[in-house]
Order: sequence, then C-alpha cells, then structure tokens
Amino acid sequence: MDEGARDAGARDAGARGEGLWLHAVTRAGGPDRPGGLTGVGGAAVRTVEAAGLAAVVSPVDLGRFDEDALRRNLEDLAWLEEVARSHHAVVAALGAAGTVVPARLATVYHDAAGVRSMLAERRTDLDATLSRLTGRTEWGVKMFSTPASAPAPAPATGRPGTEYLRRRRAQLSADDEWQQRAAEGAEEIHSALEARAEAARRHPPQDRRLTGRPEPMVLNAAYLVDERGSAGFTEAVAAHAGRHAELDVELTGPWPPYSFTAAGDEPAAGDEPAAGEEPRARGEP
Amino acid sequence: MSSGTVAVPERVALADLLDRLLATGVVITGEVTLSIAGVDLVYVSLRALIASAATVHPPQEPPP
Repeated sequence: MDEGARDAGARDAGARGEGLWLHAVTRAGGPDRPGGLTGVGGAAVRTVEAAGLAAVVSPVDLGRFDEDALRRNLEDLAWLEEVARSHHAVVAALGAAGTVVPARLATVYHDAAGVRSMLAERRTDLDATLSRLTGRTEWGVKMFSTPASAPAPAPATGRPGTEYLRRRRAQLSADDEWQQRAAEGAEEIHSALEARAEAARRHPPQDRRLTGRPEPMVLNAAYLVDERGSAGFTEAVAAHAGRHAELDVELTGPWPPYSFTAAGDEPAAGDEPAAGEEPRARGEP
Repeated sequence: MSSGTVAVPERVALADLLDRLLATGVVITGEVTLSIAGVDLVYVSLRALIASAATVHPPQEPPP
C-alpha cells in the first residue's frame, strides 16, 4: 500500500474514520511475516516501518475503537473476548516466526504517520526490548491448593458432642495447616523456577469466579525462558508438581512474551527514569 | 498424591490471556487511546469478566 497517499488525507479521515490498531513491534527486515493474518477489525494486517523497526498494525473503525467506544466496549465481555483472541492470534503467529514486542490491548493510532513517530521516539527501548526477548519465550504457571485430606480420627471418648467438637477443631487446624503448606510450597516452586528463568513476573491470582474451581489459586506467575531451556523448564515444573500433593500445578504456554515487554529487572542503561522518579505513573499527567 | 503430571489446557483461557494483554506495563502508548493507557484495564475488564462469570459459575454460597 502507498503510505504517502494514505498519510495525506489521514488526519481528516482519522477524526472519525479509520485508525490503526497496533498488534506488535518487530525488527524491520526480520523473518518473513506469516501471510493471511487478519486483525481485530477483520481487515488484513500490514506493517509500518521506521527507525529499523516494523509495527504490525491493522485498520479499525474508530467508531468502535476510539477512546469512548473502547471504554464502553472493554466492559462488554463478548466484545473483549473477540478482540483479545483476534489480537492474540496475530501476536502468536508473529511470535512463532520471530521476536516480537506485543502491544497492550487497545493501542490505537490515527494513521501511519503516528505509528512512525512512535517508532522513532521509542526506538531505543523498543530495540533494547527486542534484544532482551530474542530467543526467549514465556511460560505460565498457576498453582491451586488441593482440598485438604481428612485428619486421622481421634480416639472415641464416648461423648458425641465432645467428639464432634474435637473432630471439627482438628479439621479446621488441618485445613489451616494444609493452606499454609500450599502457600509455602508455591513459594518454593516459584523460587526454583525463577532461578531457571531469565525473568519472572507474578500476575494477581485469578478470582475463583474466573477459574471456575473451588480451590483458591495461590500463585499466578509467568517466566521468561530461553527457548533452548524450554524442555528442561517444563520438565522441572512437572517434577516440582509431583513433589507437592498440596498443590495442583497448571502450565500454560509457550506464550509470546507478553508479561515481559516492560523493562523490569533488566533495565537498559539510560532508558530508566532517574532514581526517585515515579516509574510509569498512572492517571492524569 | 499428585501424579507429577501437569495439566496443559488445549485452548487459551480468556482469564490467562487478559492477565497478559491488559496487565503488562504500557511500553507503547496509542495516540487515539492516550487516556486509556492510564486506566487500569485489569480493573475495568475484571468487572466485565466477573459479572459474566457469575452467570457461568454461580457463587456457591448458602442462601441467607
């Protein structure tokens, strides 16, 4: 497509018409992008290049994807699911072909010129992030506490009320102990997995209403793992799971490195705010 | 006793996907969606998720 021609009228059209949804950033001239990808709006995915980087975008109708519409639509689960899965399909396909920095959901530009400015402005950290993510993949590990096993029955006293209370107390303390073991077991596994990974990040444990499981999720973590070490990593997860009866361990992945796009424990020199500054302040400027 | 096998779901769970698509640090800000970059999307969409999940998995609480 002729970018120049698009840019010419894009500012006028952008007020209401078409915007560009960002899926991910890759290196320009990287491995061939898989063909036939369609973006969140159902239109074909294309790239906008600048500063040695390629932004993979797809056109969206701003009537559905401008700020006001997004604020409303993000609370509509059916809409959110469709958009999240379409976005993920593109990012996962790109991630399978090469290194990507996935964009957060709902990153939309007026036009290709806006995308190119972003690439030029963010060149240094995007470049550093791409280097940091090269050859690495993300694995997800969720841990649930299993139901506590019944405590050994206490010797009968011949008094049913006392026995009931004793059993009840024993059960409650056994439950507490089991929960405690689950929490400690999860930390132990997390430390071991973190040591095998290039980076680790915890997501908040998911609500029971989302998991649909009666047992609480005790840990929800993501690990950035060298691709050559992936088999060893997943074997380690299984080995740890086998040693902890108090935990149900669920592995997800490999994922595109969604959880590791923000420079966290490996800041690139010069990219981080000065000490004492608030990193990534939320809310109004 | 745990068998040592690890469950690997066949389809990506929406909750797992949203953990990743919404919670990750905002490295890139869209010009059309500047103000959304400052919004905690996790919170916004969690309301949608929970409202919907409540109909799928009704809370197992005894009636009052």
